[in-house]
Amino acid sequence: MRESDLSRPYKAVVIGGSAGSFSVLANIMSKIPKDFNLPIIICCHRLKHVRSGFIEALEIKSVKKVTEPDDKESIKKGKVYVAPANYHLGIELGNTFALSTEEMINNSRPAIDITFETAAYVYKEKMIGILLTGANKDGAHGMKAVKEYGGLTIVQEPSECTIDTMPKAALAATKIDYVMKAEEMVKFLNDLHKIQQA
Amino acid sequence: MQEIGIAELKKLTEVIKQKFGYDFKDYAMSSFKRRVLRILELKKLPDAEALAVQIEQNAFTKEDFLHEITVNVTELFRDPSFWRVMKTILPNLYLNQEKIRIWHAGCSSGEEVYSMLILLKEMDLMNKVEIIASDIDKAILEKAKEGKISMRNMELNEKNYIRYNQNGDLKKYFLYDKDHAYFDRDLLSKVSFREINLVEAKSFTKCDLILCRNVMIYFNQNLQNEVIKLFHEMLFTYGYLAIGSKESIIWSEYASKFLVVNNEEKVYKKFKE
Repeated sequence: MRESDLSRPYKAVVIGGSAGSFSVLANIMSKIPKDFNLPIIICCHRLKHVRSGFIEALEIKSVKKVTEPDDKESIKKGKVYVAPANYHLGIELGNTFALSTEEMINNSRPAIDITFETAAYVYKEKMIGILLTGANKDGAHGMKAVKEYGGLTIVQEPSECTIDTMPKAALAATKIDYVMKAEEMVKFLNDLHKIQQA
Repeated sequence: MQEIGIAELKKLTEVIKQKFGYDFKDYAMSSFKRRVLRILELKKLPDAEALAVQIEQNAFTKEDFLHEITVNVTELFRDPSFWRVMKTILPNLYLNQEKIRIWHAGCSSGEEVYSMLILLKEMDLMNKVEIIASDIDKAILEKAKEGKISMRNMELNEKNYIRYNQNGDLKKYFLYDKDHAYFDRDLLSKVSFREINLVEAKSFTKCDLILCRNVMIYFNQNLQNEVIKLFHEMLFTYGYLAIGSKESIIWSEYASKFLVVNNEEKVYKKFKE
């Protein structure tokens, strides 16, 4: 990885995923440093009625507590957030969450595009966008926005994905900075942490 | 991806205010921008400035514009768990009175109101309730009054209802033709539908229960605070306020005047004037 990509003053890590991404997330969340200081914002496609279970399951492996934010809640360093079921999760200037009940996008609510696009607008080049395995192209527009605002774009290595549609759509939409396997993402986040602490 | 700059958005908001009298300056920016982008795409306009020009040149009626800019995505028994909680809360409202007043603030196309009517009917409370339903959008209010739901939405509505009451039968509240389901006109006639803009509304009555679910997510914190102030004023002491399950009043200056009755479903009770 380019030194310049590791040493930028990032403000947030935003991760999107769908089919197959839960285990990848659980893996990543089990291996990041406990005092990882950036907010991690996760947008996963999920069953609309199942409100509990997702974060509980993630917390079994995660070294950090995971919460579903309320609308207008402040985004805090070192916290991990997951988009609640049946709401779109956006980031608002002023570093707060903005939920929405607008129409589904790519048959999803939460839509990864909305999280990435709003985050890209707010964090600009200080954002890391990571797109994991999934069966539709939600997130492709979002990653394009992250790239256009100068943020760092990473997709999961398609051959490792349960379904590679999602990362491939992003790769087709924009020039993604890095294609990584889950373990490489873990290493990246750990390296990032070390540099940030220094 | 198209983006709208803050200055452009501000200019557009001013034009809308001048032309239509609606002030969107305190709407949540990210969702408001998306709604504007949606109109740009629908009307094939290149940017917010072009939209402002169209508005100034009378390309839109007030009602049409409002109908496009507001979000009207709703379902019957959205959040079935909320409705199960509502069922346990309602009896409490009758402890000291024979009749209660319910206000659905921001009722959109009516699904929330129909859900309440079904709930009240099943609890045999229809004669003990007065219902007001309001929205800023005249067109959507007309739709709510009609009680007509597209058949393609009924599958979701049925699923939600069964989650709320697995022994119930949603069909008995509707008449059907090939394309639409028509809500029980008798029940519907109990509702007083009104055009109200929460941005500028003043207190007009006292209520026992106010529902304002997933409406204030489209307002910024300033405006949300003002609206909570209005709701506080319009509730009887010990009246209830129900908002969306992922909304919160915690950062409002009026939060201290409410008790949290149910934190999962965000139901609050006014206990202080």
